[in-house]
Amino acid sequence: MSEITPDLVRHLAGLSRILVTDQEVEQFAEQLSLIADSVATVSAAIEGGHVPATSHPIPMANVFREDIVEPSLTQEQALSGAPDSGDGRFRVAAILDEE
Amino acid sequence: MAKDELMNYEKALEQFEVVIGLEVHIELNTKTKMFCGCRNEFGDEPNTNVCPICIALPGALPAVNRKAVESSIAIGLALGCDIAPNGRFARKNYFYPDLAKNFQTSQYDEPIAFNGSLEVEIPSGAVHVIDIERAHMEEDAGKLTHIGGSTGRIQGAEYSLVDYNRAGVPLVEIVTRPVFGAGSEAPELAAAYVRSIREIVKGLGVSDAKMERGNVRCDANVSLRPHGQEKLGTRTETKNVNSLRSIERAVRYEIQRQAAILAKGGSIIQETRHWHEDKGATSSGRPKSDADDYRYFPEPDLVPVQPSKELIESIRATLPEKPADRRKRLQNDWGFAELEFRDVVNADLLDVIEETVAAGAKPQSARKWWSGELARAANNEDKDVADLAITPIQVAELASLVEAGKLNDRLAREVLTYVLAGEGNPAEIVSARGLEVVSDDGALIAAIDAALAKQPDVLDAIREGRMQAAGAVIGAVMQAMKGSADAGRVRELLIEKANA
Repeated sequence: MSEITPDLVRHLAGLSRILVTDQEVEQFAEQLSLIADSVATVSAAIEGGHVPATSHPIPMANVFREDIVEPSLTQEQALSGAPDSGDGRFRVAAILDEE
Repeated sequence: MAKDELMNYEKALEQFEVVIGLEVHIELNTKTKMFCGCRNEFGDEPNTNVCPICIALPGALPAVNRKAVESSIAIGLALGCDIAPNGRFARKNYFYPDLAKNFQTSQYDEPIAFNGSLEVEIPSGAVHVIDIERAHMEEDAGKLTHIGGSTGRIQGAEYSLVDYNRAGVPLVEIVTRPVFGAGSEAPELAAAYVRSIREIVKGLGVSDAKMERGNVRCDANVSLRPHGQEKLGTRTETKNVNSLRSIERAVRYEIQRQAAILAKGGSIIQETRHWHEDKGATSSGRPKSDADDYRYFPEPDLVPVQPSKELIESIRATLPEKPADRRKRLQNDWGFAELEFRDVVNADLLDVIEETVAAGAKPQSARKWWSGELARAANNEDKDVADLAITPIQVAELASLVEAGKLNDRLAREVLTYVLAGEGNPAEIVSARGLEVVSDDGALIAAIDAALAKQPDVLDAIREGRMQAAGAVIGAVMQAMKGSADAGRVRELLIEKANA
């Protein structure tokens, strides 16, 4: 059984900016434990128990774009979906604990 | 901002060993961004170099810029790194509006380059080998402007405005292993290291390398431990150090601040600190856990980068000479004394002097102008000498006018100020303003005769071998001709006269 504790769920929810109720915390802790256990079962089935992380299911590499300028959006288009803007820029709530 | 207690620097070093670590971010000068075709350009109107990819509209898919990968490989090779046969991108997840995606596309467990080293010479002449742990590719973040509050700083801001023009600009982050043994010169070593990195990326042509524009940015890790202790002390990471001088100052400040805390039996909080150029101090930012909880995972939208041996070798073949080798070659070619050369390096004058010499000037006169008048002018205007409104070709032209005896030092300095004011090339200014040295014997003899009339004893003095007496007449001639007399010729004429 994986150790997905209620505290860990709260921590993850905080990192993901998701509001969770106490009831949801209990529920997610149980569900996430189940998922983690399932992954562990699959890992254990592979010899050595270690599977390198896969970022892509198809074995391909080196897909590049040439360094050529393509048209950008206009400032108006860029801001058209923004909840708030000013001075040609996106306007967001002040955030205090970083920079 | 609370005032930190600082320990006297020498005392701090008596008690503690300094360990530093440096993270340098290099903004590449590709035409386009790392993962999209938007222009990579400084200073454009806000949010005009953005597209669905770099402002993270739903469904947008990134594609890696080939040139950025090649530039990153070049940087890795120039730092003596191994190039990873298989590298991939990872998402570094965090919530902050400087990136619209809520993650930064970076590299985590498979950086493109690793295990390098760089020889760095510090102003005292000592050479240190800095071990490079890794160099990885990532994207820059957008620019936030904090509005409201007193000084536009984040504390007290009411809201922030975001410009995503810089979001997605290719970066290479170069991370050192802990650096030991620099002692009291740790601050100088930190600055010299960043200077070397800057020279390398400039030499490679992969970055504009202007610190004032943020093309080269440095985060400085500093920790202290009592002499003889094995275990590393707790470190702080100082950000926002954007000039070589600030790097030196910030490291020195952290040494003094941490020493004061440790000496009193306190402990250092592992945290990010911000450097304030105006106050000459660092202040606490957010606390930092050992690896922030960024929940890195492989970027599913990008496939791995697997540079072929052929590609790596073809890039290696185009690498310019190493900064240390270049310095040795230039010092040898120019014949500068050790100290002269070191001053030139520390004042960042290698490039301009090299170009001036290439334009025909003698190395010593190129050095004289750049490290004298022009360094002063740059200092007064608070900019790099390379950004002054004068080209190495113009300096070479000025030097050749002096060489040919058409200008003396005083006139040349005057011409220089007109060049800086945008009046044109030195030769044009000399003829437009009639500044040429007077070496016409007729005019000089007339002035000499006038001066001798007031100081009749001088000729006798010269005949008796007291040459210093000539100085008074030369001075008077200079004054009469408002500095435009050819002093050497005046002296010759005076001796001729005395011996006639």
